[in-house]
Amino acid sequence: MALGTLTTRHTQALFGALGRLARAPLATALTLLVIGLALVLPAALGLLVRNAESATGGFGHAVDMSVYLKRGVSLARARELAVEARAEPGVAAVSVISAAAGLRQFRQYSGFGAALDALKSNPLPNVLRIVPQPRSSGPAALEALRRTFASWPEVGMVQLDAQWVLRFNAILAVVRRLVSIAAVLFGAGVLAVIGNTIRLEILNRRDEIEVTKLVGGSNAFVRRPFLYTGTLYGLGGALLAWLVLETAVLGLQAPVAHLASLYGSGFVLAGLAGRELAVLFGGGMALGWLGAWISARRHLRGIEPRA
Amino acid sequence: MIQLERVSKRYPNGREALTNVSFFVDRGELVFLTGRSGAGKSTLLKLIALLERPTRGSVTVNGRSTGALKARHIPAFRRHIGVVFQDHKLLADRPVFDNVALPLVVAGTPLKEIDKRVRAALDQVGLLGKERLLPMELSVGEQQRVGIARAIVGKPPLIVADEPTGNLDPDLSLEVMRLFKRFSEVGVTVLVATHDLHIVREFGGREITLTSGQITGGSPDPLPSLVASR
Repeated sequence: MALGTLTTRHTQALFGALGRLARAPLATALTLLVIGLALVLPAALGLLVRNAESATGGFGHAVDMSVYLKRGVSLARARELAVEARAEPGVAAVSVISAAAGLRQFRQYSGFGAALDALKSNPLPNVLRIVPQPRSSGPAALEALRRTFASWPEVGMVQLDAQWVLRFNAILAVVRRLVSIAAVLFGAGVLAVIGNTIRLEILNRRDEIEVTKLVGGSNAFVRRPFLYTGTLYGLGGALLAWLVLETAVLGLQAPVAHLASLYGSGFVLAGLAGRELAVLFGGGMALGWLGAWISARRHLRGIEPRA
Repeated sequence: MIQLERVSKRYPNGREALTNVSFFVDRGELVFLTGRSGAGKSTLLKLIALLERPTRGSVTVNGRSTGALKARHIPAFRRHIGVVFQDHKLLADRPVFDNVALPLVVAGTPLKEIDKRVRAALDQVGLLGKERLLPMELSVGEQQRVGIARAIVGKPPLIVADEPTGNLDPDLSLEVMRLFKRFSEVGVTVLVATHDLHIVREFGGREITLTSGQITGGSPDPLPSLVASR
């Protein structure tokens, strides 16, 4: 078949489908609403995961590692070690807390000032405070960094307050799995809604299909507008889901930013972007097409012209 | 153009609609298929338009045997036959233009070409200027002519009409038949099923008579004079 003919047919099918959707605005809107809401949930969960990931990235600076040097290591040597630590991959910043400074802080915040006065010498070691780079704040990277420092001969102990990061990442893994489950379930829902809508449309247009086949319309020709209708439903649903999510993100941005600032983070809630948008729209349209195709295959077969 | 050889058709309910029917229609002929209701005229036309398949025997249309035709080739086959129905089979929610354009649209004709040919077809049946009306807004005779325009718009080499004058008064019937005659004069083969013997006599075309599914009269083969004149 000539390319021009094919283009003409597809254009006709597309505009035919658009026209029919526009002629029944209420029914179309209701169907789109159902599809849109079904797409919102998995998309919202996905957005939650992505924002949580970038938020912990932002909180990476709050994750730090205290490297306690052995008692005999001098402050001068501690400074040298700090320079070496700074050169380790995955390290963003290193500061030296001298034993004296540590004691001062401890006296100030602990309320044990009097008890400390009773000590003849400073019991605290020099400490390196390591801030990992955000991308090295994952549980595995932090553990690797901890081992590196623990293996140094001057190091007595490495304390890593990463338990919450690990738990948080575990929670994220659960939510991520939830996204997959929700995507499958709601995807099946979208498939069913579109399939049923197309089924009703096929039954409504039975006469037209019969006459079309009578004058030589092929199955592909008869099916094409329904496939476009399904794809348009998917596209419309995805568009609606996107609008809903964008609105929700806009509404949440200020309170989330406030919350983040209380944690000392400049984190800003983000909406869907790039690849996620492609997945939402591509997935919506693919589901629409597939739902229509399954339905058309099932129901068009039975419609043959009777004279 | 059309050749039936020992064709029988039995419906699933056991009724035998056609028994051992053979006839031949040459290119450019105007042939009337006559007989009472239930004599098998409609069944015969359905076999030719491939709406039904014969139980026995062979049906050859335009050089193609319908028995050997695969399902995916049926649409292309039907595009070469213009069918006119007694009940028009027009789409009630589409204007006249869209109804007539349908065979061209399914054939993938470019829009500009469609516009031209639909107007030409409507002009031939005297309905130019009514493109935007819905079938409901037309008289029965006009609706029938829309059906004819739809049958001829694709310029098929064969037109098959089932009781095209069934709902028309005598004047309109004559008008419709004159149209068919004109088509046959430009080389289109026309097969018309009708119980209106009066009209058949008036036109003097070849006649094939069916009774209870069998050919009982008329001439199942082209008249020698007609063949010779070609």
